[in-house]
Amino acid sequence: MDLRLTAQEEAFRAEVRAFLRDHLPDRLARKVRAGESLSKAEMEEWHAILNARGWLAAGWPREWGGPGWSAVERYIFEEECARAHAPRVVPFGVSMLGPVLIAFGTEAQKRHWLPRILNGQDWWCQGYSEPGAGSDLASLRTRAVREDGHYLVNGQKTWTTLAQHANMMFALVRTRFEGKPQEGISFLLIDMTSPGVERRPIRTIDGGQEINEVFLTDVRVPVENRVGEENQGWTIAKYLLGHERTNIAGMGFVIAAFEELRALMGRMRRDGRPLIAHPRFAARLAAIECELEALKITNLRMLSGHGGQSLAVPAMLKIRATVLRQQIDSLARQALGPAAAPFPGEGPRDNLALVPPEAARAAAIYFNNRKLSIFGGSNEIQRNIVAQDMLGRL
Amino acid sequence: MDFTPTEDRRLLAETLDRFLADRYPFQHRLAVAYREPWHDPAAWGALCGLGILSALVPEARGGFGGQGFDIATVFESLGRALCPEPVLPALMALRALMPTGRALDDVLDGSRQVALALFEGDGGIGFGQIATRAERRGGGWVLSGRKAVIYGGHVAAELLVAARHDDTLGLFSVSAGDARRLAYGMIDGGGAAEILLEATPAELMIADAEAVLGDALEAGALALCAEAVGAMDRAIEMTTEYLRTRRQFGRPIGSFQALQHRLVDLAIEREQARSITIAAAAALGTEGQSRAVSMAKALVGGAARRIAEEAIQMHGGIGMTWEAAIGHYAKRLVMLDHQLGDADAHLDRLAAAYCGG
Ligand SMILES: Cc1cc2nc3c(=O)[nH]c(=O)nc-3n(C[C@H](O)[C@H](O)[C@H](O)COP(=O)(O)OP(=O)(O)OC[C@H]3O[C@@H](n4cnc5c(N)ncnc54)[C@H](O)[C@@H]3O)c2cc1C
Repeated sequence: MDLRLTAQEEAFRAEVRAFLRDHLPDRLARKVRAGESLSKAEMEEWHAILNARGWLAAGWPREWGGPGWSAVERYIFEEECARAHAPRVVPFGVSMLGPVLIAFGTEAQKRHWLPRILNGQDWWCQGYSEPGAGSDLASLRTRAVREDGHYLVNGQKTWTTLAQHANMMFALVRTRFEGKPQEGISFLLIDMTSPGVERRPIRTIDGGQEINEVFLTDVRVPVENRVGEENQGWTIAKYLLGHERTNIAGMGFVIAAFEELRALMGRMRRDGRPLIAHPRFAARLAAIECELEALKITNLRMLSGHGGQSLAVPAMLKIRATVLRQQIDSLARQALGPAAAPFPGEGPRDNLALVPPEAARAAAIYFNNRKLSIFGGSNEIQRNIVAQDMLGRL
Repeated sequence: MDFTPTEDRRLLAETLDRFLADRYPFQHRLAVAYREPWHDPAAWGALCGLGILSALVPEARGGFGGQGFDIATVFESLGRALCPEPVLPALMALRALMPTGRALDDVLDGSRQVALALFEGDGGIGFGQIATRAERRGGGWVLSGRKAVIYGGHVAAELLVAARHDDTLGLFSVSAGDARRLAYGMIDGGGAAEILLEATPAELMIADAEAVLGDALEAGALALCAEAVGAMDRAIEMTTEYLRTRRQFGRPIGSFQALQHRLVDLAIEREQARSITIAAAAALGTEGQSRAVSMAKALVGGAARRIAEEAIQMHGGIGMTWEAAIGHYAKRLVMLDHQLGDADAHLDRLAAAYCGG
């Protein structure tokens, strides 16, 4: 066992750093650091920059336009991007649909859709959850009825992240109405510009606009837009959830948030001293750093295939990483003391003596990131998965 | 020992609850709390008409209450309704004005809004970090400094400003129009302001105000604890109801033991918070006031945050939305801890007392 990076991995890190130094626009990094939401154009801009270098789809094999990195290289890349405050790659096309198509798509589907993900022609959103089907995803009711050459889709999706920007949605729909619910689901690629697709924004508690309801009324979807066999959508969904979870863990981003917190604690004052000079705060920071150090290694063990293949491992990782991130966000909020109060964007502009601009949104970020333990399979559902793995069905 | 509220306070709570249910339903709260002036001036007038401020002041000063339990009664009702009216700043200002000879009628009837400008951004609750200076000029005084996150500062006509003259912390009155004021809405609703003083004319109210300011801070902290208890009650009620009615996997999610136990833990947090707040209310005006209030604020801060986080979690996606009341209760419960000293600040004060500090 050797935890040091090889010379080659070190060289890779230097290469990524140099790339970020030369190509990551300052303007974007500043916004990311402050936790401001990016416009569609800004996200597309970053995707294009990565794609020009061949680094957009970090997890894809070379054959389909990925860089063919090892697990450790992928990790290094994510960590460096996060430290540099690069925008997070929008996961729906690159990290979710891409791997699904590569694993389950037909040759024609791969050829058609994968390049469009890379060059930004399509913006994907994930149409899984419904008002009545959240944790119990298999109970979803959006129905797709086959009529020569196409499916007629009716139903409602909800919580759909960034659907306001999307022209395409990958969705789970019901194609069989009897038998086990899991065995009647199909995976469809739905054109959001089709007649019958309507979206309504849902505002989040921090005032942000990132999620939506999507209503589907008699939407026609060509049969060739089905991925996998009819009624085998659940298998695909499960495959994808494994991917989504490790992605949600976003270790690089947790590390970056920790570094920001440490800096913030050096700046915010309490009783006339920097917070970090207060043993209680410093000890909290240290406790988080211990967890983080361990989790980094857990993550790398898992990515290198030493965690076993069961879904329990990503589930454990997702739980701990999201909770850690939430703890970091909570401490950042707390660090601001009374100055955490202003509504995001409404605080006095000249308040900078009190709160560094990159931290002004700490409270809003804390509230927004309560989502981390809810989406992608809530942490309770993750625990159910691990428990079942450990105990079997009792 | 008797835990029954007096008849007067029971009636006060009933009156306020009824008024707020009628005039401050959640949708109304949502409409006013996040938009300038971040409260509802008409409702403010009506609340003052009901005597909400008089309940915070003893008879000798023109009110009909003023004890710890009066404050707790009023703020528990406000917390239940998540009411963003600037009652907290009024309470703190009244506590500061009480020892002066000034008539309070115009404050009590709501027509003259006064806010206490105490802290300057440091998260601690010691007064040592207050740097605003008072200097004599002509026959009067001028103040220079900056006051941060002044609750009620967005609507006050008059500011009571803590400032140093020589080595003493005094209390001065400033006409709000003479100060520079940067008003803003808060993330959990309601308003506040930064107050900039640049040789701003002021009138000396209390030359040595440390004790009075300490009392105002503690009365305010007690009020926040009671507000938290009211908000906790509602947040737990809503969560209980949600666990009963939301179905997944063919049954109510409240049938999952993993959630049942967590709901119970929240109820325990709430009972503890209520008890320590009762202890603080009982201690107001006694020698044990500072200690009891700090114990309450320290305990309530953590309990409120845990209840807020768990309430959101158990609501799933709904808990993350602006539309649902639960998220707004959660925000208030978390942000209460940022006001008038967080749990750490109050723990520090308790800990220092162990060593005679
Ligand atoms: C910000 C945000 C973005 C999202 N983006 C997307 C997206 O892009 N696409 C998409 O399809 N979905 C998305 N989701 C939806 C997300 O996946 C669901 O919110 C999640 O699956 C939970 O479902 P629910 O909200 O219906 O909560 P529910 O399933 O109703 O759960 C409520 C509570 O009950 C708990 N619970 C449920 N069942 C059990 C059980 N058996 N044992 C113990 N506890 C249980 C849950 O953990 C939760 O605490 C998003 C959600 C959020 C908040």
